[in-house]
Amino acid sequence: MPVVNEVRLPGIGVRYEFVTEDGSRVGVIHHRTGERELVLYEQDDPDTSHDLLRLTPEDGRTLAELLGVSQVARELTELEQDVEGLAIDRLPLAATSPYAGRTIGDTGARTKTGVSIVAILRPGGAIPAPGPEFGLQAGDVLVVVGTPRGIEELAILLRPS
Amino acid sequence: MPDTLFLVELGGVVLVLAVLARVGARFGFSPIPLYLLAGLAFGEGGVIPLVTADDFIEAGAEIGLILLLFSLGLEYSARELVDSMRSNATIGLLDLVFNFVPGFVAGLFLGWGPVAATVLGGVTYISSSGVIARTLHDLEWMGNRETPIVLAILVFEDLVMAGFLPFITAILVGGDGTGVVLSIVLSLLVVLAVLAGAARYGPALSRAVFSHSDEAMLLGVLAIVLLMAGGTQALNISAAVGAFLAGIAMSGPSADRARALLVPLRAVFAAAFFIFFGVQIDPGGIPPVIVPAVALATVGAATKFVTGWIGAHRFGLRRRGRVRAGVALIARGEFSIVIAGLAVAAGAEPELGPIAATYVLVLAIVGPLAARAADRLPPSPTTGKAQST
Repeated sequence: MPVVNEVRLPGIGVRYEFVTEDGSRVGVIHHRTGERELVLYEQDDPDTSHDLLRLTPEDGRTLAELLGVSQVARELTELEQDVEGLAIDRLPLAATSPYAGRTIGDTGARTKTGVSIVAILRPGGAIPAPGPEFGLQAGDVLVVVGTPRGIEELAILLRPS
Repeated sequence: MPDTLFLVELGGVVLVLAVLARVGARFGFSPIPLYLLAGLAFGEGGVIPLVTADDFIEAGAEIGLILLLFSLGLEYSARELVDSMRSNATIGLLDLVFNFVPGFVAGLFLGWGPVAATVLGGVTYISSSGVIARTLHDLEWMGNRETPIVLAILVFEDLVMAGFLPFITAILVGGDGTGVVLSIVLSLLVVLAVLAGAARYGPALSRAVFSHSDEAMLLGVLAIVLLMAGGTQALNISAAVGAFLAGIAMSGPSADRARALLVPLRAVFAAAFFIFFGVQIDPGGIPPVIVPAVALATVGAATKFVTGWIGAHRFGLRRRGRVRAGVALIARGEFSIVIAGLAVAAGAEPELGPIAATYVLVLAIVGPLAARAADRLPPSPTTGKAQST
């Protein structure tokens, strides 16, 4: 799986980018409003992007489903709406993260931030409820549950130092 | 029957606003410059001066200012602001110097005192987050590599504004030398205390105000905002600052809900705010200042362009990305009016209002136009010999 690059867009949301096997640079913008944008970068100018799709939250889920993402993430989204103050997020693990190639236990996520890593999304399929001995790989997407603040702290913890 | 007349007049004003908002949406422009023009027409010396509705619009304008700043604060958490200040200090300070100095110098040139010149510096400095966010969205620039740089500069500006507003309020209130220094120190202390409090108690406050009922949520949020704004105003610090800080304090699901619920309310009251700014200005004051104002706008467009260009260059972007970063930042709007509005309300230099209005009118229109032109630029040649305009 290619490295997913995370770029914060203050006031707007987050943008994830990666390069596909055939060399296209693709970006997905998560707007805080729930809207998703799918963009493609020009081959000869990596600074310039073109919108492929603008998706409502519902559209985004449908597309993800069709692309083969497991049910886990979606069920968690429903849970998030039921429990007040609970946030669920997906944190991609960059290749340069200090925890790529180490175990979940090594991150100390639970003790340091109170956040639980409840699933790992990998191209081969999702791994639900990974234990502390579970080995993380670059490119994994961690599905995490906790307070918004705790998740923010975990994201910083996982960031390349 | 003054009551009947009041409703008719207010209805007429709202009708004009509705038409202008429609025109703006039709041509993909911010309606802010149009609202300002309408305000000029409704003011004393305008085409159709208001008779009965001006008191109401004045009160609405005050709430509009508070809601504008509150929504701005909602966009960020205290941590985001601090992070941004650390990582974008260089380009942020460059932006401040490049764009504050022209206004300040122009003010002195016009023979104003340092206070009014500082206000004009603030007017020329701050870009319009509202106009720029809309442009980025309309032109589908959100995915572009320069966009995080543009947004980072905007965040830095907003942060500067949190310090600038209480500062400017303090010097506008005036008094002798030590009095001013004292009130500046006091207001900055209050801002810091509230920021620290927001970082600590913000989540608890946000949880307390959260409700699944739209009505309860909206009223709860409004109460907090008005009380915070009123509280800071009572301390002689601008109500705008209190509202901004209230927005920063609110986070998580409450902030998301508040943002969505406030959209229609803000649209109404912010329009009142822009109208009222126009109403306060005598249209007869504009022709004499049109030359300096347009000259200042030209300089302001150039300095923002250079700021964006340098910012993008530092991040290794190519020519086309640098041009886009430059033009994206040109638009000035709501916050220039907020700053000028404080000075106009305090009865500063009479030329300030007309100059600020003209400046914003020009740049709120030129900014998005320049962005559209830049969008049609051909791809950067690898040799980089082509010239852009």
